[in-house]
Amino acid sequence: MKILVCVKQVPDMESRFRPDAAGVWYAETDLAFRVNEYDEYAIEQAVLLKEQLGGEPEITLLSVGPDRVVEAIKKGLAMGADRAVHVRDPAAHLKDPFQIASIIAAYAKGEGFDVIFTGMQSLDRGSTQVGVAVAEALGYPCATTVVAFEYADGTVTVKRELEGGVKGTVRLKTPALVTCQLGLNQPRYPTLPNIMKAKKKEVAVIPVEQLLQEEARLVLAQFSAPAKKGGGVVLEGEVADQVDRLIGILKDKTAVLR
Amino acid sequence: MKVLLVGESRDGKLLEYSYELFGFASQLGAETAMVLIGNDAALPSYGGTVYLADAGKYGEYNPDLHKRLVQAAVEREKPDYVVFMHTSYGWDLAPRVAALLKAPQVSEVVALAEGGFERPCCSQKMRQVVRPVGGPVVLTLQGGAFPALVPGGAPLKQTLEVAGEGRTEFLGYEAAVRKGVDLTRAEIIVSAGRGVGKKENLPVIAELAKVLGGEVGASRPVVDSGWMEAGAQVGVTGQTVSPKLYVACGISGAIQHLAGMKKSGFIVAINKDKDAPIGEVADVLVVADVMQFVPALTAKLAK
Ligand SMILES: Cc1cc2nc3c(=O)[nH]c(=O)nc-3n(C[C@H](O)[C@H](O)[C@H](O)COP(=O)(O)OP(=O)(O)OC[C@H]3O[C@@H](n4cnc5c(N)ncnc54)[C@H](O)[C@@H]3O)c2cc1C
Ligand SMILES: Cc1cc2nc3c(=O)[nH]c(=O)nc-3n(C[C@H](O)[C@H](O)[C@H](O)COP(=O)(O)OP(=O)(O)OC[C@H]3O[C@@H](n4cnc5c(N)ncnc54)[C@H](O)[C@@H]3O)c2cc1C
Repeated sequence: MKILVCVKQVPDMESRFRPDAAGVWYAETDLAFRVNEYDEYAIEQAVLLKEQLGGEPEITLLSVGPDRVVEAIKKGLAMGADRAVHVRDPAAHLKDPFQIASIIAAYAKGEGFDVIFTGMQSLDRGSTQVGVAVAEALGYPCATTVVAFEYADGTVTVKRELEGGVKGTVRLKTPALVTCQLGLNQPRYPTLPNIMKAKKKEVAVIPVEQLLQEEARLVLAQFSAPAKKGGGVVLEGEVADQVDRLIGILKDKTAVLR
Repeated sequence: MKVLLVGESRDGKLLEYSYELFGFASQLGAETAMVLIGNDAALPSYGGTVYLADAGKYGEYNPDLHKRLVQAAVEREKPDYVVFMHTSYGWDLAPRVAALLKAPQVSEVVALAEGGFERPCCSQKMRQVVRPVGGPVVLTLQGGAFPALVPGGAPLKQTLEVAGEGRTEFLGYEAAVRKGVDLTRAEIIVSAGRGVGKKENLPVIAELAKVLGGEVGASRPVVDSGWMEAGAQVGVTGQTVSPKLYVACGISGAIQHLAGMKKSGFIVAINKDKDAPIGEVADVLVVADVMQFVPALTAKLAK
């Protein structure tokens, strides 16, 4: 069995975001990058599947982006993936979700992957399109927002999470693609020996020009902070002082403090 | 301008938020038609054309067939926009329809903007304006961004059919697990988010809830990592609460969490990040470390 996991590297969401020179996306200076949270569940599920099948499947990780994404790839390898493909694209940020999906599909086309895992969305752009678009381009059946995953004899059975905590159970035949939702599993922390082992694993580099055939369908016109709507009181400063001010406000504005 | 709205039904009923699609269309000043995979009982209160496909035949979740049913309606209606809600149904189906139509898709639109559509990015901390090239354009709308509008009237029903089968087999629904306290009745809720740091820190949150006489809630990562029971989760996939006082400790304010608590009477957020999106709904944002501020607050209140 061959498994593919698509991994995006995204900034830490606690960062302070500032527009880039063109004013259409964030400037990368001072940002720390990490593996997209949803993709950690995707990697973990791939490794669990490999373990279930006695280590037979080969897990390939793929990430499209500039050189910094190698850090994300290394984390996935340390979690248990076997090899990786870095589609090197210093201008990944100028591609729309449809183009990113076409690049991934162009790579995956001849490879015969049985199961492809992606995150349901990325934390930075969050279009929730890439996984489904890859499946459509490859002609794979696909289920999104998966919170439970089982595999047996060429059949994947998943639970999709719906609004209100309701779940929908869906069965697909492989080859298939699933997009992973938060809480699907408990992503493992890479251990030191596995981090060392990961350093020896293959990371193939493919220049993006070899895979990209599609024109962009979206143009980014602007990137900015949301307009503050009224907003409440912001309390900064010393803790003791903040405590007193908050208690004052609660006594004044609510009936909950006696 | 013409929009084709994709309604949503579950268990034979129209999902209420489908009316937000009409709200969006009216802001756009566009002519409307709806496509719905459902049944007569799920038809909206709307006097325009509804392309109805039988959910009994095509299933409530069968993306291979649903995308072709939407495509069939697109061919008849020739809309400029095909509009879904940004829900588990919409974000699943919309990219498939976009692929079929070779159309651009803008996801989770929150407003109309000069030269395009405004949508959130960077976990709701920032906004971007995206301009689609070519058409028709596929859109998904963030829940609550466009006020619902019930046009009223009886639909002009047009039946849709497609041949073939889907490759996904839908095996059924499973109801939400509801264990533990019923937070919907609580007057005061103190919720823990990932910013609390670790499970061992949770008693600090519980102690504040205790001195306030309230219950303890949680954001999703706290439940996912097994720090608290699923019943404590507040948000779209947890409980929807409206206490008199909601205290969010180390919670960033993701839209899925806000959906479950923004109707609270008074909201206090404790977050070390002054720009955290929770600030948008908080009456008071305390910029502090939870583990320093909360014990200090509890101690003072206990006096
Ligand atoms: C003009 C413009 C400027 C942009 N600037 C930037 C920028 O500076 N930095 C930036 O990060 N983004 C930038 N973007 C957005 C970036 O191109 C998108 O993030 C990308 O198209 C993927 O879409 P998404 O993040 O919405 O994916 P989603 O559909 O939300 O992601 C779903 C899943 O798809 C997979 N996936 C997504 N992207 C990749 C990837 N690159 N490699 C492997 N797997 C992936 C992951 O498994 C992920 O969980 C820009 C876009 C445009 C149009
Ligand atoms: C379909 C779907 C459904 C979802 N349903 C739900 C749902 O029902 N409920 C829900 O909650 N989420 C839900 N989510 C997840 C949601 O998108 C967010 O990931 C989640 O709400 C984030 O939880 P958080 O705020 O605790 O964590 P984070 O987003 O990681 O935020 C932690 C916050 O704590 C702050 N912080 C960190 N350290 C400290 C400190 N020492 N002191 C003070 N502040 C600190 C940080 O600045 C940050 O703002 C759903 C997601 C999807 C895609």
